[in-house]
Amino acid sequence: MSSVTATLRQARYVIGENPVTGIAFGLFVLIAVTALLGPALVPIDPLASDTAAALQPPSLRHLFGTDQLGRDLFSRVIVATRLDFSIALASVVLVFLIGGLAGIAAGFLGGWVDRIVGRIADTIMAFPLFVLAMGIVAALGNTVQNIVIATAIVNFPLYARVARAEARVRREAGYIEAARLSGNGEWRILALQVLPNVFPLLAVQMSLTMGYAILNAAGLSFIGLGVRPPTAEWGIMVAEGAAFIVSGEWWIAAFPGAALMVAVFCFNLLGDGLRDVVDPRRRT
Amino acid sequence: MTALPVLQVEDLSVEFRTRSGVVRALEGVNLSVAKGETVAIVGESGSGKSVTAYAVMGILDPAARVTSGRALLRGMDMMALGAADRAELCGREIAMIFQNPRTALNPIRPVGRQIADVLLRHANVPRSEASRRAVDLLRAVGITDPVRRAKAYPVEMSGGMCQRVMIAIALAAKPSLLIADEPTTGLDVTTQAVIMDLIGQLAGQGGMATILITHDLALAGQRADRIVVMHAGHVIENAHTRDLLERPMHPYTAELIAATPDRAGRLEDLAAIPGTLPDLRRTDLPPCRYSQRCARKLEVCDGPLPRRTPTASRTVACWNPLP
Amino acid sequence: MTALLEVNDLNKHFGAARPRGAFRDWLAGRPTRTPQIHAVDGISFTINKGETLGLVGESGCGKSTLVRVLARLIDPSAGAIRLSGRDLAQIPARRFAKDPDRVRIQMVFQDAGESINPRFTAFDAIADPLRRLKRLRGEALSTKVEQAAQQCGLPTALLDRYPHQLSGGQRARVGIARAVGVEPDLLVLDEPTAALDVSVQVVILQLLEQLQRKFGMSYLFVSHDLSVVRLICDRVLVMYLGKIVEVGPARAVFEKPLHPYTQALAAAVPRLDDRSAGRLRLIGEPMSPIDPDPNRCRFHGRCPNGTDVCTSRMPVLDTTFGERSVACHLADQSRAA
Repeated sequence: MSSVTATLRQARYVIGENPVTGIAFGLFVLIAVTALLGPALVPIDPLASDTAAALQPPSLRHLFGTDQLGRDLFSRVIVATRLDFSIALASVVLVFLIGGLAGIAAGFLGGWVDRIVGRIADTIMAFPLFVLAMGIVAALGNTVQNIVIATAIVNFPLYARVARAEARVRREAGYIEAARLSGNGEWRILALQVLPNVFPLLAVQMSLTMGYAILNAAGLSFIGLGVRPPTAEWGIMVAEGAAFIVSGEWWIAAFPGAALMVAVFCFNLLGDGLRDVVDPRRRT
Repeated sequence: MTALPVLQVEDLSVEFRTRSGVVRALEGVNLSVAKGETVAIVGESGSGKSVTAYAVMGILDPAARVTSGRALLRGMDMMALGAADRAELCGREIAMIFQNPRTALNPIRPVGRQIADVLLRHANVPRSEASRRAVDLLRAVGITDPVRRAKAYPVEMSGGMCQRVMIAIALAAKPSLLIADEPTTGLDVTTQAVIMDLIGQLAGQGGMATILITHDLALAGQRADRIVVMHAGHVIENAHTRDLLERPMHPYTAELIAATPDRAGRLEDLAAIPGTLPDLRRTDLPPCRYSQRCARKLEVCDGPLPRRTPTASRTVACWNPLP
Repeated sequence: MTALLEVNDLNKHFGAARPRGAFRDWLAGRPTRTPQIHAVDGISFTINKGETLGLVGESGCGKSTLVRVLARLIDPSAGAIRLSGRDLAQIPARRFAKDPDRVRIQMVFQDAGESINPRFTAFDAIADPLRRLKRLRGEALSTKVEQAAQQCGLPTALLDRYPHQLSGGQRARVGIARAVGVEPDLLVLDEPTAALDVSVQVVILQLLEQLQRKFGMSYLFVSHDLSVVRLICDRVLVMYLGKIVEVGPARAVFEKPLHPYTQALAAAVPRLDDRSAGRLRLIGEPMSPIDPDPNRCRFHGRCPNGTDVCTSRMPVLDTTFGERSVACHLADQSRAA
């Protein structure tokens, strides 16, 4: 029985034990599919303004209502899924690469590598994270790429720390010594023996970070530092809609806000479920 | 047998419920320990020696069930007591020391306090006296500078010292029975000798009975008055040490002796025990769990397991024992 | 007897924690010295071709460190390790993995389960050194792995299993097959049977002896179980606090030990046939290995004997008893084997 099969069996067991994980997983698939196919399937062009139909409450034609420019909110929320999901995904992949690898190298190789990575992480942690993200985006410019970079930087210490701790533990393991005796160089051991053992823990972290990444992007957009109008993005839609809540047009902010909530909720639950799957204590 | 034995285990059987089946860990285990006697329970891993001790102490895993038998402590049936009464009785009368001394001690409590805890709980020592008595106990187990050491944490002490502390805790309430579960595995042989001397000496002083659980037959041979050999959950032989080692009756005992490096002159003289332990989850286990590996197996061995008593102080569970 | 490995004046010192009074030293302009743990101190010995050399000593005596320095997993602080004349200590441990001599020294670990990557199958574990050190691939690799497994009594059907699916004895065989598959000249065995049942131990020891005869390897056998060392080793080194205190043929050393530490060790071993075993007991704890006094015998204080010369001069390993040597000022000359 290969370890992949064993993991899948464990996954099925976990989903069976805890239906919430199953729901989260299903939701995740739904979001992913929406992100992928959404823009192609929306009924109405999300950018098309129709001032005559502005500020209409949810109806059969406009499921989520229309905003102040007459744009269909349903289409906009669907289309925004792709953007937010991509931002979240890109951020976690980036932080996994830079943070995870830096952490593993620091934990395994020790010495100056450890010290440098440690100091970088300490410097980042000295700032309140959102303020730091704001600062980075303000300095580099209001683009989606910069949001991704800012999110990755801000999460670097967490990943580096988790990866470093795991790598440190593995460093003294008997099989690492055996690998050296077998003629494996340090970098090879790092890549083939340490990384595969560290990856599952980072995968759990990645799922949780996705939720944070979306919130981060939304937050930045809310204060004007993220994407610019007329791009459809949940955060900016909430920002635009906030002004209208008082006058009774609640739907403009509520639906994007709900989408945000559902997505973050889903990623967090998925992270918990993943942790159950990869937790070493489950070893038979 | 004139005096009542300190511990009498009668026909004890224990099962474990696991995901892959029911493990019949113990079956029909009988043994007794008299006052002042040291009995060694010897067996390989999986033989059930630790399970027996845990069953007597009432600290078995929650998945375990005692399916039959009794454990009488000075005549009192422990299994019949409620959990609280049993814990009380056990704490006062029986003490246990474990294999890895450092992990058996509370890492965030100074050792002196841990001893004092036992004194307060089980020995009715007034609070004002407890610390002083704890220091006395540390001295009695051979720890130098006991006043200072009493404030130390287990992590600051060597393996041998931790084991001494554990002995001090065990003996604090002056129990009638000490169960030592592999007390010296992992310790150096020089430390092992000192610890075993200490146990023997303290036991002798108080007339305490001792059960020594070990896989090291040589250790048992040196320290025990009587040896109980276990295999796959059965007691297969029970005899005085010298009798057992000079004239083993059960084939497994003989094989165990032949596999122990001590007696062999050369490596070629060592003999491995043929076969492997049977899987205790099987529902079709033969009555004699050694029969499938035994060179002396007869047809009658497929029938129920006997319990022969060739002499008053010796039992062997075999149809075809060695002459 | 040709020498395979010659160890000369080997030292391994580790810096202990922060030096005390470092700030005060700095204020006074004194150079700070980090206290050093003398794990291995001035050790010299030889391993001959085809012999089994035992290494015994209590925990903390430095045998694990010594063994890891010899296997080139860590670097010595000083000294030479000559393998067929070539000094391996000159090559840093980090780079030794790529050295052509790497294949000549291999190791079997105490806990076989710990020493195999839990994500590797038995096949992967045995194949790794063959791939890296012997550059075998594909068909040739599979054949060699199966051959190694068979030589070590491991059924080839078990090669697909993971370590947690194997028994203790089977895991031990995987560890041995992995080390022996590349046909090293020197095999270091670090308590290879410590975690095994006595019956499995017999089988593994007999396997090791058989493999040694077949491949002509030398063994460095580290063990705390003296009864085993007595049976399987030709010669034995007794180590105490970083130094060798006695060397000699295994049987002679335990039946008639010359150094007081070895005497206590031999007296402490439980014997099946000797109820009133030696009453010689060691009291107290070994002295600290941090910056020990170079002019004082490390065993002084715990030794039942002891005179003034023991505190003024470090005893040296004295080879005046033929095959036996002992580092003790008071060793009885007339007790030579």
